[in-house]
Amino acid sequence: MKPGYYFWSGDIAAAEGAIAAGCRFYAGYPITPSSEIAERMALRLPQEGGKFIEMEDEIGSIAAIIGASWTGKKVMTATAGPGISLMNENIGLAAMTEVPIVVINAMRGAPSTGLPTLIGQGDLMQAKWGSHGSYEIISLYPDSVQETFDLMIDAFNYAEKYRVPVMFLIDAMLAHMYEKIYVPPDDEIVRIERKRPTTPPEETLIYKADDDLIPPMPRIGEGYKIHASGLTHNEKGYPELTPQAQERLVKRLNDKIRKHAEEIWKVEEYKTDDADIIVVAMGSESRSVRLAVDLARREGIKAGMLRLITIWPFPYKFIEKYNVPYIVAEINYGQIYHKVREYTRDVELLPKMGGEIHKPDEVLRAIRRAVQ
Amino acid sequence: MNPMEEMRREEEKLLRTDRLPHVWCPGCGIGITLNAFLRAFIRSKIDPNKLVVVSGIGCTGRAAGYVNVDSFHTTHGRGIPFAVGIKFARPDLNVVVFSGDGDLFAIGGNHFVNAARRNHDLLVIAVNNFTYGMTGGQHGPTTPTGAYTTTTPYGNPDRPFNIPHLAISLGAPYVARWTTYHVNQIQNSIYHALHKKGFRVIEVISQCPTVYGRRNDMKTPLEMMHYFQKNSVRKDDASFEELELSYNGKIVVGVFRDVQGIPTYEERYEDIIRRAKK
Amino acid sequence: MRIEIKFGGLGGQGIITAGYITAKAAAIYDGKESAFTQDYSAEARGGASTSEVIISDEKVTYPQVIKADYLVLMSQSAYRDYLDKLKEGGTLIIDEDLVKPDEKAENFKIYKIPATKFAEEIGNPIVANIIMLGFFTAITGVVSKDAMWKSIEERIPQRFLELNERAFLKGYEYGEKMKKM
Repeated sequence: MKPGYYFWSGDIAAAEGAIAAGCRFYAGYPITPSSEIAERMALRLPQEGGKFIEMEDEIGSIAAIIGASWTGKKVMTATAGPGISLMNENIGLAAMTEVPIVVINAMRGAPSTGLPTLIGQGDLMQAKWGSHGSYEIISLYPDSVQETFDLMIDAFNYAEKYRVPVMFLIDAMLAHMYEKIYVPPDDEIVRIERKRPTTPPEETLIYKADDDLIPPMPRIGEGYKIHASGLTHNEKGYPELTPQAQERLVKRLNDKIRKHAEEIWKVEEYKTDDADIIVVAMGSESRSVRLAVDLARREGIKAGMLRLITIWPFPYKFIEKYNVPYIVAEINYGQIYHKVREYTRDVELLPKMGGEIHKPDEVLRAIRRAVQ
Repeated sequence: MNPMEEMRREEEKLLRTDRLPHVWCPGCGIGITLNAFLRAFIRSKIDPNKLVVVSGIGCTGRAAGYVNVDSFHTTHGRGIPFAVGIKFARPDLNVVVFSGDGDLFAIGGNHFVNAARRNHDLLVIAVNNFTYGMTGGQHGPTTPTGAYTTTTPYGNPDRPFNIPHLAISLGAPYVARWTTYHVNQIQNSIYHALHKKGFRVIEVISQCPTVYGRRNDMKTPLEMMHYFQKNSVRKDDASFEELELSYNGKIVVGVFRDVQGIPTYEERYEDIIRRAKK
Repeated sequence: MRIEIKFGGLGGQGIITAGYITAKAAAIYDGKESAFTQDYSAEARGGASTSEVIISDEKVTYPQVIKADYLVLMSQSAYRDYLDKLKEGGTLIIDEDLVKPDEKAENFKIYKIPATKFAEEIGNPIVANIIMLGFFTAITGVVSKDAMWKSIEERIPQRFLELNERAFLKGYEYGEKMKKM
């Protein structure tokens, strides 16, 4: 896109952000409220020489992007909670075989079919724990149309850099809300490419990690004779079904994210410096919390907001940093609340089952209660 | 060097010999099929660096682990959409899906149906051994009605897929069926199909003496081979009824569809890119 | 400064389009910030339709209407459903042939226009929403006339521009007149 100002929805910004990040392959299956991402990609990707395909379901969609990623392309799919439930099988495959992919989940009211057009934040734990096994992914969650665009660039950069699935969360409100957005000139966008092997094929163990715990990734068709398997494997990529191989591989898959967590963390600390009470919030919900914090300040209550932009790996040091009571405001019946509670005992949950975010008044009342 | 020896050496280059011995039981038909595939591929003179083999899960799904080319052992049933992603992203590659009946037609059935409909440029080698071998011999989507398996202890009430008919109904441009008794025909068929475009399906009826044959009056690999030999009939213009498989009945083999000129999905998308760039 | 506007009417009246055009006018052509949201629950033609616009000098926080400064209505059912969203002393803008206010609206400033009738006179009832936008622009001044027109121009297909320009100006001039009364 030409640099300049646009008036876009979160869905459009997600698609355009992906393209700006270098995404050239999209496979997906329509689902509210993410369908506009697919529509935009169908329109725009072929203009950029990229590929768009509408698959038969979400399972096929994520399988296709994992396959395409091995050809060296930056790839993405987008869906909502029901689609993530189906994709989780291959999110595990991408984590296990270390394939960079970006998966957008436009969260809606749930469980099951729930509230297709209305907001929910019930998939925060699913983002991390959806597939079977112990693994780490990266999850990001913006709160505005502008940040959706900007953060998509980070999402692709993280996926490429760490060879990991990035679960990009938005929500039904953000997906469909329109705001002004600035698209920067192309040369101002920083794009990270995955590491490629520097040794010739015959000397390369395709799953041998560097010191940063991340193995360089060869592309199909270059003679590396890649073998990738969802089975527990060794540095050659060959199945090795032993506790020792499991220990080495699974520990590294987790450690390569955990050891880089601080580089991955993005948190907005809004008026927290002198705060007596901090509300933790994410995504669209944080817009209400921001207003509530301002209203509380007008009443003389020193309130602040910690807005988690990186949800996973969980940015716990920011919770530990403040010795004040916390409120976790989220559109579910307690998810990130439990994570926060791991790091402080003084925390209260402000839940909502879904369909709308908290009214600023509701958050303000919770703040008042907490400081009494 | 005699030609047999030379072929063996060529084949070895295409195998990850450091992974041998393989997991397949003695007398299993998957090795015969893989062997035929490798020989056909060698004859084709296609650059091995441009060959990609994708498998799902199961006994046949292990094939990707033994071929010394870019190869992917994916999740159960997802070999086809994974291969679709590779082929659509890099249309210059030769992408082969090598997997089993349960993987391709039960859990992966929806992917098979839709990839065939879109006519992706993939060669699918479907080894049909009538059962889920890896998990111990349960009945699957191709188990003949009446057959005995660990989950059909009183005989199979289910009816099997008619795979060639299914593929033809979806417009697949090349559809063949052989048994592992037809080693040369399999090889020729794969060789032929490697030079064609579109969604090509070759069903190979294969023996699983270990968990299928012994429950169905064919205790040894040899007995299963005898069955294939005695009961196979070549008929390229077979009807729907003739293509159906019955319990220990006749097996119609042949090349049932071989047409050219149907644009592949990848070709049609090139046109989309041209239109979008206008 | 935070201004909240709610549009309400029936599917097919261009209620969503009106909100979108207004929000984009403020953000892109007046250089302010805005957020536009719409109700997706009843998109079918003839069903209730509503959209919301928040305009601010700073980044918009809560993106939906808490208490509307302006309520722009084109159906009686929208009047029934949304009147309580209008804040005390707020402004009610209605198509006078489609909305009949009752005593509940006594404490609001009310501006009326026969927008649909005007649209029919111009040649197509479909531009009633654009007449409402012209009227809204003149009455409220929340969005500049230039910005609103540019935003309409961007949204409407070329071949309908002339019709829409007449509609916009009709509404705008009627608004100027009503404001003076």
